[in-house]
Amino acid sequence: MEAKELIARRVAREIAPGSLVNLGIGLPSMVANYLPAELGVFFQAENGVVGLGARPPEGMEDPNLTDAGGGFVSAVPGAASIDSAMSFGLIRGGHLDLTVLGGLQVDAAGHLANWMVPGRMVPGMGGAMDLVSGAKKVIVAMLHTQKGRPKIVPECTLPLTSTRRIDLVVTEMAVIEPTEAGLVLRETAPGIGVDDVRAATAAALIVDGAVPQMELGQPAPV
Amino acid sequence: MDKVYSDATAALDGLVFDGMTIAAGGFGLCGIPELLIDALVESGVKDITIASNNCGVDGFGLGKLLDTRQIRKMLSSYVGENAEFMRQFLSGELELEFNPQGTLAERMRAGGCGIPGFYTRTGVGTMVAEGKEHKAFDGETYILERGIVADLSIVKAWKADTTGNAVFRKTARNFNPPAAMCGRTCVMEVEEIVEPGALDPDGIHLPGIYVHRLIQGEHEKRIEQRTVRVA
Repeated sequence: MEAKELIARRVAREIAPGSLVNLGIGLPSMVANYLPAELGVFFQAENGVVGLGARPPEGMEDPNLTDAGGGFVSAVPGAASIDSAMSFGLIRGGHLDLTVLGGLQVDAAGHLANWMVPGRMVPGMGGAMDLVSGAKKVIVAMLHTQKGRPKIVPECTLPLTSTRRIDLVVTEMAVIEPTEAGLVLRETAPGIGVDDVRAATAAALIVDGAVPQMELGQPAPV
Repeated sequence: MDKVYSDATAALDGLVFDGMTIAAGGFGLCGIPELLIDALVESGVKDITIASNNCGVDGFGLGKLLDTRQIRKMLSSYVGENAEFMRQFLSGELELEFNPQGTLAERMRAGGCGIPGFYTRTGVGTMVAEGKEHKAFDGETYILERGIVADLSIVKAWKADTTGNAVFRKTARNFNPPAAMCGRTCVMEVEEIVEPGALDPDGIHLPGIYVHRLIQGEHEKRIEQRTVRVA
C-alpha cells in the first residue's frame, strides 16, 4: 500500500460519528476518501463552508464554490456558507471537533512546525495557526521522514505553528501520541517493528509493553 | 445618495492616494474584486498597503498590482501561489506582515465594529506573537491583535440593491464582508444591481450601510485548481 493511503486510512479511524472536521490540503484531504457516509461527518473548508462535499463531476463546477486549496468542490445537503470571520470564529471558539494537518516537524513536546522554512519556503501559515490553537483535537498526518531525515525531533528547529500540544501523529510507520511525559509509541504499521520506528525518529519514544499493529479500517474508496 | 457608479474607474474617483491602505475581499482567486483591481492598476496609485488574505497569482487579481510595483506592503496569511511576489519579497522590494488567516479576518471585522484590539490564543509562542502584548485570562495566555481600519475597501458580491445591501454566493463570500466593514469608504462590485425591495431583508449578508459606492460588471472568475471527479 502506498504510504499516504495507509496514513489516510489510519487517520480516518480517529474520526467520531457526527463530528465537524477540517482537513488540510494534500495528504490530510485524502482522509475523506476512507470515511463511511453513515458516519455523518461534516467537513469544514475554512474559506467558508460547513458541509463540504466531493469534487464535482465535469460540467458541474461552480467558480463560487471552492475548497481552501482553491479547487472546485460541492456542498452536501445541510451545508452552510459563511464568511471568513465566522469561519474562524467557530474554529477559534472551540466548535471544530478535529483538524488533520500536514507537518514539517513534530517535537518531543508535541509542538508542530508546518508553515515555513526560513529563506526557502515562505508561503505563509494560512489558517494553520488558528486551526491548531482552536480545534478540540489536532492530528498531524505526515510521512515519517523527509529524504531519510527524521521529522519527529527532540525540538522543532523550524518556526512553530502553535505551542499547543497536538493530540496524535500518524505516519506510514507509526501512531505516536504526544503526552506530558513525552512521545508514546501507540501502534506500528504492518511489517514495521519498534526498532524500525526508533531508527527513523530523532526524538525519544516511550514504549510501554507490547505495541499493537495499526488497524486500517475501510479499504480503497470509489 | 446615489451609490451606483457607471464603472470601476468612476467609482474610485477621488478615493485613491499614494501611501494609502486598502482592504480587499477574496480568497485565492475566489470572490475577488477583479474590476476594481484593474481600475487601481489604471489609477497608477503607489506605495499601497493591502490587507488581503492572498495576493492573487502571477498576472491576475492583486498580482497585477505587483507587476506594476504599486504595492509597498501586504498583510496576508498565504502568498504561496505567486512567483513575482516571492521575488519582490525575497529581494526586499516588498514588505510582508504574515497574519494568521482567522486573525486577519477578525482584525478586519473588529475594525469595522469599532473594536481597536482583541485577544486571541492564535499565534502565542510563535513568530506572530513577537512584540505583542501578552495577557492571561483564566490561566491561558493570549496576545493582543489590533483592529484594521483601511482608507478604502474593495469587495465583490453577487447581487446588491441600490442601497448596497449585498448577497454573496457560497465560498465567494469569504473575506468580503469583513473587508467591506473595515474601510472608511467601501466600493463594491457585483454581478447584478437590483431595486430596493427585490432582496429579502432576512437574506442580506452585508447591510448597505457598509457600502458607499457600487458598480455592476462582468467577471472572469478565474479558478486556481480545476479539480473534478473523474467518472
